[in-house]
Amino acid sequence: MCGIVGLLIKPESKRSRLGEWVTPMMDCMGDRGPDSAGLAVFSPVGEGPLRRFSLFCGRPGFDWEELGRAFERDTACAGNLSALENHGRLVSSIAPESLEEWLSREFPAVHLLSAGRSIEVYKDMGHPAEIAERYGFAGLEASHCVGHTRMATESAVSPAHAHPFTAGEDFCLVHNGSLSNPWSLRRRLEKRGVAFETDNDTEAACRFLEWRMREGESLEEALTAAFIELDGFYTLLMATAEKLVLVRDAFACKPAVVAETEDYVAVSSEFRSLAHLPGIRSAELFEPAPEEIYSWSL
Amino acid sequence: MESIALASVDLQKLSVRQLNHYLHHEIEPKTLSRVEILNPNGLHNIAVGLDAPVSLDVRGHAGYFLGGMNRQARIVVHGNVGWSVAENMMSGEVRVKGFASQCAGASAHGGLLFIEGSASSRCGISLKGGDIVVGGHVGHMSAFMAQAGHLVVCGDAGAGLGDSLYEAVIYVRGKIHSLGADAREEPMDESDYDRVGQLLSRTGLDCSPREFKRVASAKTLYHWNVDADQEY
Repeated sequence: MCGIVGLLIKPESKRSRLGEWVTPMMDCMGDRGPDSAGLAVFSPVGEGPLRRFSLFCGRPGFDWEELGRAFERDTACAGNLSALENHGRLVSSIAPESLEEWLSREFPAVHLLSAGRSIEVYKDMGHPAEIAERYGFAGLEASHCVGHTRMATESAVSPAHAHPFTAGEDFCLVHNGSLSNPWSLRRRLEKRGVAFETDNDTEAACRFLEWRMREGESLEEALTAAFIELDGFYTLLMATAEKLVLVRDAFACKPAVVAETEDYVAVSSEFRSLAHLPGIRSAELFEPAPEEIYSWSL
Repeated sequence: MESIALASVDLQKLSVRQLNHYLHHEIEPKTLSRVEILNPNGLHNIAVGLDAPVSLDVRGHAGYFLGGMNRQARIVVHGNVGWSVAENMMSGEVRVKGFASQCAGASAHGGLLFIEGSASSRCGISLKGGDIVVGGHVGHMSAFMAQAGHLVVCGDAGAGLGDSLYEAVIYVRGKIHSLGADAREEPMDESDYDRVGQLLSRTGLDCSPREFKRVASAKTLYHWNVDADQEY
């Protein structure tokens, strides 16, 4: 199964409510995916060259302060590190590939979950309600987010296999369904120098789309190619710094419902996870059609 | 039956399981014939397995399987429904004021399912004798392998309509995106006009039976044809 959720808040004045509104969505969709969960939120890190990096280390008692000190010592870059449980958030002007290279050399147990000027990713194992509590989802303030509750069917249950998957900067994807050709897609991408971190099918879709965008296509153009290239079942919800994008495969076996009001666009696998949202009774509701690209910009 | 009394059940206070237990075992149709269900909030399995001549009003959007296996009851949903509304219905009536997600009326043996809005894919899949009327459009693969009963679509039909039909008959007023394997358009005769007219009159929809096309099985799949080599 698996559940997906997404929320884009339109007026700036209500973006402080994002965490409060999305946390019950995640909790409710825990019924569809109780083994692990993740959430990507988007809010600009600020002007200038700064990027925000989300880091993960599953080792209990990991010394994040030591990582922060070693980062400044080794890289000669200023870095502002804050940590919560298994997650570290680093704000620095270092290039993502340099950070990744340094991490793999000095702290191989630490994984880079996301990089960009807007994105921040949390993911971990456990029921979505526990994860939301652990990382304080209810207090998050952001313009938009995508979340996922996972019931693993095709690869291991681990934080790395949990969604959202990211590739490049400020791009993430969550998936309900299963792909039947991820390995052929992956082999083709690897020949072009695209590196993978897991054996998960969704990662193939995520890296395929990011690769097409790096080659100059828009996300919408990349998705038009994905309709031909991806084989299997999928409802995909994606986010960039500026928008939320939703698609379902031609068979549309995996559910999705969209609710829109003047305050928000909310996407979920099931309506019941949207029932608590303010104004939901008068929201415009629809079920997205197969092989249509739905895109909502800030 | 005349409405004698009204009970109101709030699903923010009772669980769906408690509601259904009440509807199955505790309701007495002789003294109580109307039940109003508040705050359905997209919950699944509301009013599944009813077998009593009661009238239900569901005030809001419901989740999956609403009114599944229904016998006798008349259920009105003042909102949308999720997957498989009235699946395997035996008799009675389910009316949805909004839209229905996929597999609406799947395997229904009897009764009437009326969706005022559109229904998405696989509407009436494996229909076994029930009647379905859709005020809007239906999605792809609707009436797939439908065996008996009628699907009346006032709007358009998506791809693969009536694939592998048996004896069920489909009537479409709008455009048909494509017909499925072994489905074919046939001329309407007077019995078709009568049937569509009767079904429309039960729903209150204002359109003329003369505007509908008939789709039924060409019956080329009824017997195994070794020469077809899996090409249909």
